[in-house]
Amino acid sequence: MDASLILRVSAPLLLWVPMAVSVYLLIRGHNAPGGGFVGGLVASAGLVFYAISRGQEAALRAMRLPPASWCGIGLLTALGSGLLAWLDPSAGYLTHRWWFPDISVTLPLGTALVFDIGVYLTVIGTITAMVFALVGEETG
Amino acid sequence: MAFPDIALVLPLAIGLVAAALAARLGGHRAAIAGSVAAGLAFLAYVLVSAGAEGGAAPASAFWSVPSLGIAGGLRLDGLSLLLALLITGIGALVLLYAGRYLQGDPRLTRLVVLLLLFMVAMLGAVTADDVITLFVFWELTSIASFFLVGYDHEKAGARKAALQALLVTGGGGLALLAGLILVAMAAGTTSLSGIIAAREAVLAHPAAMPAMLLVVLGCFTKSAQFPFHFWLPNAMAAPTPVSAYLHSATMVKLGVYLLARLSPVYQSEALWQDLLTGAGLLTAATGALLALRENDLKRVLAYTTVTALGTLVLLIGIAPDLSATAAVTFLLVHALYKAALFLVAGILDHETGTRDAAALGGLRHAMPWTAAAAVLAALSMAGLPPFVGFVAKEIVYEAKLATGGAAGVVAGIGFLVNAAMVAVAGLLSWRIFFGPRRPTPRAPHDPPKSMLAGPVLLASLGLLAGAAPGLVGAWLLDDAATAILGRPVEVPLKLWHGFTPVLAMSAATIALGLLILLGWERLMPRLRGVAAMDRFGPSRGYDRALARVIDFAEGTTRAVQHGSLRGYMRTLLLVAALAPLAVLLARGGVDLPESGGLDPRAFAFGLVALGAVATALARSTFAAVMAVGLVGFGTALVFLTHGAPDVALTQFTVEVLLVVILATVLIRLPVKARDIRTPRQRAGDAAVAVALGGSVAMLLLAVLASPFDPRLGEWFGENSVPAGHGRNVVNVILVDFRALDTLGEIAVLAIAAFAVIALLRGAARPLRPGN
Repeated sequence: MDASLILRVSAPLLLWVPMAVSVYLLIRGHNAPGGGFVGGLVASAGLVFYAISRGQEAALRAMRLPPASWCGIGLLTALGSGLLAWLDPSAGYLTHRWWFPDISVTLPLGTALVFDIGVYLTVIGTITAMVFALVGEETG
Repeated sequence: MAFPDIALVLPLAIGLVAAALAARLGGHRAAIAGSVAAGLAFLAYVLVSAGAEGGAAPASAFWSVPSLGIAGGLRLDGLSLLLALLITGIGALVLLYAGRYLQGDPRLTRLVVLLLLFMVAMLGAVTADDVITLFVFWELTSIASFFLVGYDHEKAGARKAALQALLVTGGGGLALLAGLILVAMAAGTTSLSGIIAAREAVLAHPAAMPAMLLVVLGCFTKSAQFPFHFWLPNAMAAPTPVSAYLHSATMVKLGVYLLARLSPVYQSEALWQDLLTGAGLLTAATGALLALRENDLKRVLAYTTVTALGTLVLLIGIAPDLSATAAVTFLLVHALYKAALFLVAGILDHETGTRDAAALGGLRHAMPWTAAAAVLAALSMAGLPPFVGFVAKEIVYEAKLATGGAAGVVAGIGFLVNAAMVAVAGLLSWRIFFGPRRPTPRAPHDPPKSMLAGPVLLASLGLLAGAAPGLVGAWLLDDAATAILGRPVEVPLKLWHGFTPVLAMSAATIALGLLILLGWERLMPRLRGVAAMDRFGPSRGYDRALARVIDFAEGTTRAVQHGSLRGYMRTLLLVAALAPLAVLLARGGVDLPESGGLDPRAFAFGLVALGAVATALARSTFAAVMAVGLVGFGTALVFLTHGAPDVALTQFTVEVLLVVILATVLIRLPVKARDIRTPRQRAGDAAVAVALGGSVAMLLLAVLASPFDPRLGEWFGENSVPAGHGRNVVNVILVDFRALDTLGEIAVLAIAAFAVIALLRGAARPLRPGN
């Protein structure tokens, strides 16, 4: 399928805008609508659009790692975020830890965000893996 | 305790390390290494038992799962020690033998590794003090047996025999598991010693008898009791060292072992006594009769093993003290002579090229050492003094005569069975090694020392133990009999009892046995000619049952897996529609929620309805996909206007992705744009659709009508900021309160992704148009 000229030219935009939005959704998710899951979906949508306009090869190149690896890294990130809980021996697995660095504004940082990043990566890996497998190779 | 807790784990560890080492070494050296390891394990058991203080059985509770109520551990009492020594001792000799027997065979390494793993499983099973541990090791021995029987996996016969052995013992294993769980529930503990201590509770439980029957069934299949005896002769498809080790000396004794182990619980139950005595007698008689109609040495030996197993079960079923000692004595004696005879049969097969008893004769000059071992073992088997077989036979006769009411029948059948054993013993020694020399396919001579070591040593042990039975009794057998009875027992084993009725019976047995031996050449073909024995045996029943199971499976597969995608969808959707309706009807109809008037936000529902109608009316699949997308966006709007922006956001994104994916896939699929269904099919599909929609609508109404418990939502709302440091409650639940659930969900996502990759990698190409 040959994508239209407009689609091909705007492809980078169609990739990076959803990516930026997805990261924004991911980070603000703890306090406002958003989160790792939606963020991952938006990022996947961006990657799928990119695959449609530039070909699956290009999308895979843009992802650097194969989708399955994204799944694996995501799962490991989520798993690992829970391990830090054992800094406090009495806490259970996945009890999140929080830091409040005092830099002009209070910025709550917690392992919950790390966990959400894990979700985000896993969702991207899953969706792209499924779509690319379903749609098959674009080129050669 | 002179030894640390872990001492009983040591022999198992030795076996496992040896298996790993053997896999690396390979070939003949693997067999040597395995043999040495088995010898070390033997030594370990001797040391541990010698180090036990004050008669207490060494035990190690090295693992447990308290949350599952499992207090696993190993324990080495007299009965376990007897079996552990047999397993490791005979194991060492068999491994040594196998290294030479199968020298040059590329599969030798596999055989050695499997034999070592089998040894570990056996040791675990006989030393386990926990029924679950016992069961796991029990099943592992079945699996090892499956691979070993199927050693010649290129032969259909070997494959069939392996499967048969696995199905029969595995089926019995299922019964055993159920029985053991029931017994453990009744006793309140999975520990074997605990179960024995809780005897009253086990017997008082309402399911006591079914539990006992299930356990007995499991033991009967494992120990080849009638009518499950048929798998054992067929298992002779295995190489001879395997037959000697698994199918005569050790594995088939496992059922006997567990019956003996549970004997303190059940021995006073009439049903237990009748069942074991009856099955034991029948098995012994069947084995003896069938042994006389075979001419393949290994099958003859297999049927005599069946006989011996029957005798053992019989002895456990008889209550008096004497029978326990008789059982353990006979168990030891049988293991010694039968393993020796199997190994001799293997040597004969190896050296002469045939296992046909009728074709062999006069081999004593060609293979003097083999002849010596065979004669020694056969004399023990026939029960002649001064062999330990004589001691065993005398005490077995005494125990049978003390049975009480049925003593006449038990001893009478025992007499005939023993006469048959004498005949078989003569067949295996006298006929083959003496008398006229018959031509054989190969010129025979004694095998190398490593193959002779096993039979010669085992047969000589029979002679030594017979010379000093009291010593063996005090060292091994008294403790083992004590374990069976559950109370201390000391029956002095003696070679000479004086002129007693039992001695007269022994003499008569030998006389009758010799008569049968003389007439064997005529008797064997005549017995063989009785075709009814082949036609109506339980072996046929097994074949028929198996064929029926396969037919049934084929029938259900054809009915359920018909291959029509539309049919699958219809079934799925109808079940999804009817199941909630059935539940609602069972609850007595649907309560309708109170109507709150028309909400202005309901416009979103209009969008959903519009999408649904458009989907139903759409002429092309592509248009239908777009229309379904409209339904999704409408639903997202509903979420948005009803205070769930997070869900709405997700729904929007999912819808976008779904439409894109479906559209991309549809472009590639060779779908006919036009609907090819007949009006009838369309009507049927519409009915399914209406049923599903109606069912879901009813379900939703019922949900809305039921009272809503807001406590959970309130709790999350209150605790989100203080505990989770986040104002988005949904996200805090996902990543914090319920993070473990989320972890599980993303794991499922990833697994689904891998499944899709695996499924579609091959199918991706045919999906393209034109293919």
